[in-house]
Amino acid sequence: MNIIVPVKLVPDLVEELTVDAGGTALDTAWLRLIINEFDDHAIEQAILLKERTGAHVTVVSTNFEGIDDLLYTAAAKGADRLIKLNGDFESGINNHALARALATIIRDLKPDLILTGVQAHNDLDGSIGPLLAEYLGMPYIGYVSGANVSGEKVIVRKEYPAGLIGEMQAILPVLLGIQAAEQPPRYVAISKVRLMMKTMNIEEMDLGALDSTGAPIVNRMFQPEAAERAMMLSENADEAASQLVTIFKELGTL
Amino acid sequence: MNQDIFVAIEHLRGKVSDISYIMLAATRVLAQGTGGKVVAIVLGHEAQDLARNFNADQVLYADHPLLSDFIPEAYQKILAGIIDEYKPRAVFFGHTTIGMDIVGGISAQLGLPLVSSVRTIETDRKLVSQICGGKIMAECELPEPTALITLVPGGYKPELGQSPQSPPITAISTQMLDGLRIKLNQYIEPETSDVDISKEPLLIAVGRGIQNQDNISLAEDLAQALGGVVCASRPVVDQGWLPISRLVGKSGSTVKPKIFLALGISGAPEHVEAITGSDVIIAVNTDPAAPIFNIAKYGTTVDLFDLVPALTEQVKQTKG
Repeated sequence: MNIIVPVKLVPDLVEELTVDAGGTALDTAWLRLIINEFDDHAIEQAILLKERTGAHVTVVSTNFEGIDDLLYTAAAKGADRLIKLNGDFESGINNHALARALATIIRDLKPDLILTGVQAHNDLDGSIGPLLAEYLGMPYIGYVSGANVSGEKVIVRKEYPAGLIGEMQAILPVLLGIQAAEQPPRYVAISKVRLMMKTMNIEEMDLGALDSTGAPIVNRMFQPEAAERAMMLSENADEAASQLVTIFKELGTL
Repeated sequence: MNQDIFVAIEHLRGKVSDISYIMLAATRVLAQGTGGKVVAIVLGHEAQDLARNFNADQVLYADHPLLSDFIPEAYQKILAGIIDEYKPRAVFFGHTTIGMDIVGGISAQLGLPLVSSVRTIETDRKLVSQICGGKIMAECELPEPTALITLVPGGYKPELGQSPQSPPITAISTQMLDGLRIKLNQYIEPETSDVDISKEPLLIAVGRGIQNQDNISLAEDLAQALGGVVCASRPVVDQGWLPISRLVGKSGSTVKPKIFLALGISGAPEHVEAITGSDVIIAVNTDPAAPIFNIAKYGTTVDLFDLVPALTEQVKQTKG
């Protein structure tokens, strides 16, 4: 069984985000990129399925700074094949363009199952999964937090509000948007990642011409202004604690 | 050109989801801008009564046994057919586990533009999306010809999407639904747990800032001293540090306590949508730019690892 895991990098939200001089995009000069956390779960779910069924796992991503580390880390976890995609996307790439380009490349990889993060925090034209599924002519199920393959079928757990799960089954090939793997993404020792750098090959492919049709054109990007920002308490722990005790008393909790 | 605005209504096991009413409220604003009607689309089986209290000018109702429960493939097929036939000016979907499963496929299938994470609609037909965990807003024009939009909660009150008057309901024929590759086997109920956080009056919530499982005990100690219950945002539950019964957010519970104390929670939209019913939100986060401070009544940037032990101690002293 061939499992393909398309992953992407997103701005690290722990860092301060600023809008560039043009006012329509994030300033990329100081932007730190990290793996989209849902993609990290997609890799984990793929490795879990490999351990159960002996599947072959390919991780594929666009060539942004930091991508080699991401791919070698995936290999250390158990990915069998690593692909990075080159192209002209210095100023970013939207999901419609990426999905169209990925569809051409992934079709040739003959996937039985595609797992990708259910969303990324900077998606503005929908998430990548359903777009890619449609371009490939596959069905899609998102918000998946568990999957098991049996024969030509996959049984998945789809999340609904208030902890409700819908157990669905789909005939392969299918694309799943992963919300969470069945276990937290595994940790791998840096020594193992270094070993992969020496032994694993990252294949490079060309994304080809990009077609962004279907994504909106941003005419203004800005940081939200709070209508009413929180009343800030002391910066000193003991003082802030005593202010909170007063608040709890006023609210009748103490 | 058709200036009507359609709303893809969401319902789950016989109940209309709040996001459907929020969409109807938002759509009113946009319909004023386009001069068109608000049209609710309901897919289901023997489900037309669901539309009774919609604040809509018209309801299009598609009935089929295979539409009684949400199956992404079936819903996408029927909705794409309706959109292609009527060609409305815009169609709203929930930015939810239902809407987000199908809107991308419809965009790709029909070649229509898609704007996601929209929170508010400006009267001049501009759409404002909330991205990057609530830290960035992006504004765009309503794209041509039919804009597909996913709406996040927070911009409109669900009550505005309801009306005492039933809108006229038009039954429409559905396409064939044979050859589906996806089916629903069963629903699995959430495991019953010791507490129901949706009913607790005092919640101590921990987020990514709690850093590891051992530190959860800090929150437990404070909860015990105050007489509250510990709950969590998504990253904590995904790490397995707390069970899903304690999850507040999109796939978890919506809560409405008297006090919601958020420790190390940034305030991503998926979490915020589930806590806005709280009477008082108190936020503790070392990042002064964390969006949680925009909805909290009180806040502090003191490190939670300094604050929580001090607070627990003072609460204990106060109680004697």
